[in-house]
Amino acid sequence: MSSQVRFTDFKSDKQPTWCPGCGDFGTMNGMMKALANTGNDPDNTFVVAGIGCSGKIGTYMHSYALHGVHGRALPVGAGVKLANPELEVMVAGGDGDGYSIGAGHFIHAVRRNVNMTYVVMDNRIYGLTKGQASPTSRDDFETSTSPQGPKQPPVNPLALALASGASFIAQSFSSDALRHAEIVQEAIEHDGFGFVNVFSPCVTFNDVDTYDYFRDSLVDLKEEGHDETDYEAAKKVILDSEKEYQGVMYRDENAVPYGEAHGVTENMTEIGDGAPEDAMDLVREFY
Amino acid sequence: MPADFNWAIGGEAGDGIDSTGKIFAQALSRAGRHVFTSKDFASRIRGGYTAYKIRTSVDQVQSVVDRLDVLIALTPRTIEENLDELHDGSVIIYDGDRTTMQGVEIPDEMVGLDVPLKSLAEDAGGAIMRNVVALGAACEVTNFPIENLDSALQKRFGNKGQKLVDNNKDAARLGRDYVGDEYDHEFNFNLETTENDYVLLNGDEAIGMGALAAGCRFYSGYPITPATNVMEYLVGRIERYGGHVVQAEDELSAINMALGAARAGARSMTATSGPGIDLMTETFGLIATSETPLVIVDVMRSGPSTGMPTKQEQGDLNQMLYGGHGEIPRFVITPTSIDECFWKTVEAFNLAEKYNIPVYLAADLALAVTEQTYPPEAFDMDQVEIDRGKLVDEDEIDEWLDESEHFRTHALTEDGISPRAKPGTAGGAHMSTGLEHDELGRRTEDTGMRVEQVDKRNRKVETAIERESFDYREFGNPDSDNLVISWGSNEGALVEALDFLAEDDLDVHVISVPYIFPRPDLSEEINAAENVIVVECNNTGQFANILEHDSLRRVQRINKYNGVRFKADELAEDIKETLAETAEVHQ
Ligand SMILES: Cc1ncc(C[n+]2csc(CCOP(=O)(O)OP(=O)(O)O)c2C)c(N)n1
Ligand code: SF4
Ligand SMILES: [Mg+2]
Repeated sequence: MSSQVRFTDFKSDKQPTWCPGCGDFGTMNGMMKALANTGNDPDNTFVVAGIGCSGKIGTYMHSYALHGVHGRALPVGAGVKLANPELEVMVAGGDGDGYSIGAGHFIHAVRRNVNMTYVVMDNRIYGLTKGQASPTSRDDFETSTSPQGPKQPPVNPLALALASGASFIAQSFSSDALRHAEIVQEAIEHDGFGFVNVFSPCVTFNDVDTYDYFRDSLVDLKEEGHDETDYEAAKKVILDSEKEYQGVMYRDENAVPYGEAHGVTENMTEIGDGAPEDAMDLVREFY
Repeated sequence: MPADFNWAIGGEAGDGIDSTGKIFAQALSRAGRHVFTSKDFASRIRGGYTAYKIRTSVDQVQSVVDRLDVLIALTPRTIEENLDELHDGSVIIYDGDRTTMQGVEIPDEMVGLDVPLKSLAEDAGGAIMRNVVALGAACEVTNFPIENLDSALQKRFGNKGQKLVDNNKDAARLGRDYVGDEYDHEFNFNLETTENDYVLLNGDEAIGMGALAAGCRFYSGYPITPATNVMEYLVGRIERYGGHVVQAEDELSAINMALGAARAGARSMTATSGPGIDLMTETFGLIATSETPLVIVDVMRSGPSTGMPTKQEQGDLNQMLYGGHGEIPRFVITPTSIDECFWKTVEAFNLAEKYNIPVYLAADLALAVTEQTYPPEAFDMDQVEIDRGKLVDEDEIDEWLDESEHFRTHALTEDGISPRAKPGTAGGAHMSTGLEHDELGRRTEDTGMRVEQVDKRNRKVETAIERESFDYREFGNPDSDNLVISWGSNEGALVEALDFLAEDDLDVHVISVPYIFPRPDLSEEINAAENVIVVECNNTGQFANILEHDSLRRVQRINKYNGVRFKADELAEDIKETLAETAEVHQ
């Protein structure tokens, strides 16, 4: 079946209600292309979506999916993948979902290194709640709840991932359709937790981190001869606050995914119609 | 009433009290005696007071009583803490050489046995075995064949090498012989043995074993007293059946992982205590709305907030029944004994999948940490049946597709039960969400669909009430005018209280309720009885309130919320007093 899958097979018949021009359209398209290119189909794919404008992606894509509660998509994804490693698991959500309310899970999902993909649709704003500061908003970005700007440095999600022991760190831009799809595809193909922070502009509430801004400032690591397997090189670009990069920053090819490390590689959803055959042994242990 | 014997070892946390107590309990169980254990413990790792208590008899025992026959006291505080339970002729074994025990006063009417535990242990190979020396001394005092202790020591230390086992056996013999040689006192205890084989386990272990029997293959949890044992039991065992345990970063993650595994189609569970339930509550609503089958174990402890983490309480009933914003049905099951912890766990998994609903399985601290003996047949695995409900495969998918070929995961059915398709099933791709949704699991704010989905979810409960037997357990005299109702772990103490009450010619009908929602309708029984008393370990009478609501009748209440479980003799007194009070009112 996989050879005939087209990326549009991953599109549901629900019309997105995102604002016209929202970066999330491009982010989603790239994800669908990457899924199709990696031989997946809607029946073996599980999408977990957070809450936010970004979280609506679960509805606009066609696959098995759960649209969860705010900030908790990552653990859901881990549960799905560990229970059935044959599934392709894709987790998607916003910057608030992933780096604010769900920040605790982010660190531990990165450490845990379950073989799945995490796409953060980073618009540096809370879109769904109509424009409050997000953890990636600039410190002087004026919003309804921060009239003088949050006056706190924005979180650097890539550095957070690196410090948490990530095995794959990448960044893309939703409107660079080709590169974005390529980078997400690499994340899917990575044997472990593939993390992609996607610049996915909010055209309604963020007039600073705009398409123009990213178009003008983005540096593509592919053109810079960056060696993504070099930890020190990765550290350098990740901590460089002068520039915005796209591309794969870091890939640890030796990292062992959680499933392999723990011997959890089989589908655990099939069970018999009674207790396991040797279950009386469990009772005898209590003699 | 069983001719019982009550024994304890107490000291500071960190003194190895638990493991020593467990060895003696195991020895008794292996000798064919029934055992019921309980623990007094402080939550600090060192310091404070902790004790492991054993009630044993050749007959079944299922409660503690306010009585102590033999006490191994490693600290003076152990004696102080137990003065009320010690009686004339009680034996206290202690080591007068221990700095803290020097000059300790043993009450005159009791028998103090000063045994140099530490130096005898050193003779046997190491001071660390001093508690085992004390166990040997206890064998002498109770006329209990030391070979049974050997067998328990073998089980405990066997995997650490025969040398260690032999040293421990020697240590026990030095303790036994010291008492035999130095004290020519006649002890009146005689722990007979029988040919019976028993298993000894606690409620947490019974829940874990029930989960494995029921096909639970995924568990995620975050450590918390007194639920951690469930996770510790599963680790190392669930893997044999292809399953896995994840220690999550917090309870938010634990429940969401369990939810993910359940959405993938695995039988999945998490266990926690009150503070964890609080954190899980938002996701609980999602589980219920997305109609995901999941078993959530709440091993209740004293609350609110951090409360008294190592103390008994049944305070989470309202939380489980009503926790979370909005309204959504859920099942709440409260096993009433340790063997029932096993069977109700199996049932919880079946109910969850038959009705696509989250099931709270609530034990309490008293059930969780108490060990009790059972014949192995009490856990007959051949009786375990697994029913996965409306889980459809590839061939059945078609029946559930709408005209545009979408799987109707929240189909509006007559019985309220919709189909589940495991991810990976061809043609079944669908989503679900915590937003109100249509049959396809997509967000809707359509007023009609909203009402239909709410009604459908409620209809599942009606179907369950029709198809299942949410029954109660009954003890005592069903024709008595005095009805005593309880839920959860109080059953054992109540059943034994019946014997105490019978001594005073008091006749009582006991109803013990393992299902809180859906629950048996008790209004007829309540209205037929002259006196109705509801017994529970909480302050406000959460179950009593429900029963009053159901039966439209006021009930009497016995509430205990000092952190200690009900004891049979004490409960009998409470019931007598309550009945006497009502009699006065009626005069
Ligand atoms: C527990 C909880 N608190 C608050 C909210 C309200 N809320 C919904 S989305 C959101 C922030 C969304 O921001 P982000 O994750 O960046 O997503 P975006 O809309 O920008 O895509 C908030 C605060 C909620 N749904 N749940
Ligand atoms: S508010 Fe912003 S993030 Fe939300 S849909 Fe509109 S453009 Fe996109
Ligand atoms: Mg955002």
